[in-house]
Amino acid sequence: MKASAESILEVRDLVKHFPLTQGVVVKRQIGAIKAVDGVSFDLHRGETLGIVGESGCGKSTLAKLLMALERPTSGSVRVHGRDITSARGAELKRMRRNIQMVMQDPYTSLNPRMTVGDIVGEPFEIHSDVVPKGGRRRRVQELLEVVGLNPDHINRYPHQFSGGQRQRIGIARGLALQPEIIICDEPVSALDVSIQAQVMNLLERLQNEFDLAYIFIAHDLSVVRHISDRVAVMYLGKIVELGRDAEIYDSPTHPYTQALLSAVPVPDPEGRETRQRIILQGDPPSPANPPSGCHFRTRCWKAQDICAQQAPALEVRPGSGHPSACHFAEVRDVVNAQ
Amino acid sequence: MTEVLSEQMGSGSHSGALLEVDDLHVEFRTRAGVAKAVNGVTYSVDAGETLAVLGESGSGKSVTAQTIMGILDIPPGKVTGGEIRFRGVDLLKLPEDQRRRIRGEGISMVFQDALSSLNPVFPVGWQIAEMFRMHRGTSRADAKKKAVELMDRVRIPAAKERVNDFPHQFSGGMRQRIMIAMAIALDPEILIADEPTTALDVTVQAQIMGLLAELQRDSNMGLILITHDLGVVADVADKIAVMYGGRIVENAPVHELYKNPAHPYSKGLLESIPRVDHKGQELYAIKGLPPNLLEMPTGCAFHPRCPYRRDNCVTDVPPLYTISGTRGSACHYWREVIDEGER
Repeated sequence: MKASAESILEVRDLVKHFPLTQGVVVKRQIGAIKAVDGVSFDLHRGETLGIVGESGCGKSTLAKLLMALERPTSGSVRVHGRDITSARGAELKRMRRNIQMVMQDPYTSLNPRMTVGDIVGEPFEIHSDVVPKGGRRRRVQELLEVVGLNPDHINRYPHQFSGGQRQRIGIARGLALQPEIIICDEPVSALDVSIQAQVMNLLERLQNEFDLAYIFIAHDLSVVRHISDRVAVMYLGKIVELGRDAEIYDSPTHPYTQALLSAVPVPDPEGRETRQRIILQGDPPSPANPPSGCHFRTRCWKAQDICAQQAPALEVRPGSGHPSACHFAEVRDVVNAQ
Repeated sequence: MTEVLSEQMGSGSHSGALLEVDDLHVEFRTRAGVAKAVNGVTYSVDAGETLAVLGESGSGKSVTAQTIMGILDIPPGKVTGGEIRFRGVDLLKLPEDQRRRIRGEGISMVFQDALSSLNPVFPVGWQIAEMFRMHRGTSRADAKKKAVELMDRVRIPAAKERVNDFPHQFSGGMRQRIMIAMAIALDPEILIADEPTTALDVTVQAQIMGLLAELQRDSNMGLILITHDLGVVADVADKIAVMYGGRIVENAPVHELYKNPAHPYSKGLLESIPRVDHKGQELYAIKGLPPNLLEMPTGCAFHPRCPYRRDNCVTDVPPLYTISGTRGSACHYWREVIDEGER
């Protein structure tokens, strides 16, 4: 899949702070969870942008901001040049048609009391001009067929399907309005290994067929590498490194990316005794009270005084071709060197 | 192990491995029918050895572990056959008070979800110390001192200050360390870790796996690692048992299995995982779904999904064929599978 240069989604300086309040009657703000703290990137037609990071790094909040399910504190999300964060009413509804979502947990994201036909057809109820009423059932059956389900099962309920099949139902629902962008928030992490491959192959086939752009959020770096054209690595609300998949995986420059990659277990026991590991100490700090300067400095082995004083910008640094937010960015191949 | 236990169990007089599971059968009697969760599982672990039990949800890997620990819910569960020998003594025939003594001192277990495995209304130090109070009759003060030592040993920073904290005040990785501290409190000879890192981030997963390996080295424990993650297995295991539909379909030393699997299921699994160290083309996907335990397929449980299927796979249950002294495969056509795929 080759992505075209036309960018359909532009995210600029996106910030989302959740206020922390104290007091029951008189609420005072005593701080903020800086869930997303200045994120910028572009998404091109037909490409997959993978977003990786540990829990609490803000990936799911980012997804909600892109869907306009949360209002950002500041910053903009432009779809075809129009800002979705300031859109309201009918305009917002029209813009949302173009961005759809596939959720993580296929067991809780489908209403157990609705039939598959109702679930996949619900977008047509909301956007009633897309398919005329008489043609909806037919269209839902087509969608089921597209995602590899039996169209005759349209009257069944979610509990009659397995996890992988349920995820296919979620994907069919995401496709219903023929969006250009689909945000996949951990779409395969709840599935068994043998089923993961089926769903990932389906996502890739659909991308080719409908020229879809994916934002693929996951914590599994192997899965992200497999499906992504470009990858953004997030840490405590910021993108710390952004590049094509080969740039991130074969020549990462940010220490956090390097540590993350070297922690991934390789499914091959050959040479495991000599494998070099960067083991980070401790847990990520709280996003309510991130360290000054570079957020990663408290766990970083390269940290010096400048890291505490000055937050490094995400920019291309000498010695590599892709942007990295580290004062001491340096290429180190941690995956293949093992 | 305490003297009491050694006496009971006639230490050192048996010839087999430290822990042997032999042809174990477990079923669940539910309203919908009888679910055969474990259908003849056989494996063994020796001191200092790491056995990885690999399988997807519903393959019976956790039920086997619960049966070894004696924490299976009976009913609806029921052990319908087989033996679990620890130091040569069949645990399934022991009375409950003796099994209770083995739990924690002989065999111990770490669970997947540390938050729901810890009691939310007691401090973590109290919960670790409980092991000493209950099993050894240690005084409260001494038990608490030991709890702090253990928290230090599993590398919880500032253990002394945190001993009175509650589980919700710890992060996921730290909670898992507390679980491990409880599990190793009484120096067990066998530690069963059931998906110990599944709920954790990769950097924390690496910390926990490193800790487990270190503890195992220090005390020469046998480790049974239950997981679905082929990456984790490749990192730490000495030998692997692959489970499917309540049976072991392949067992092998770790290097041999990854290099050249002898069962179509293990082969399919290895080919279906994306790799971080190179970008492949389309993934190989095992078609179909794992079996329904209430309606197991006839013959080989894997036959509806198997590319090597012949007529007799539908009718004849394959035994675990011996390939070499340390390897077995429950496939009628294992020769074909092994010849085809030198990876």
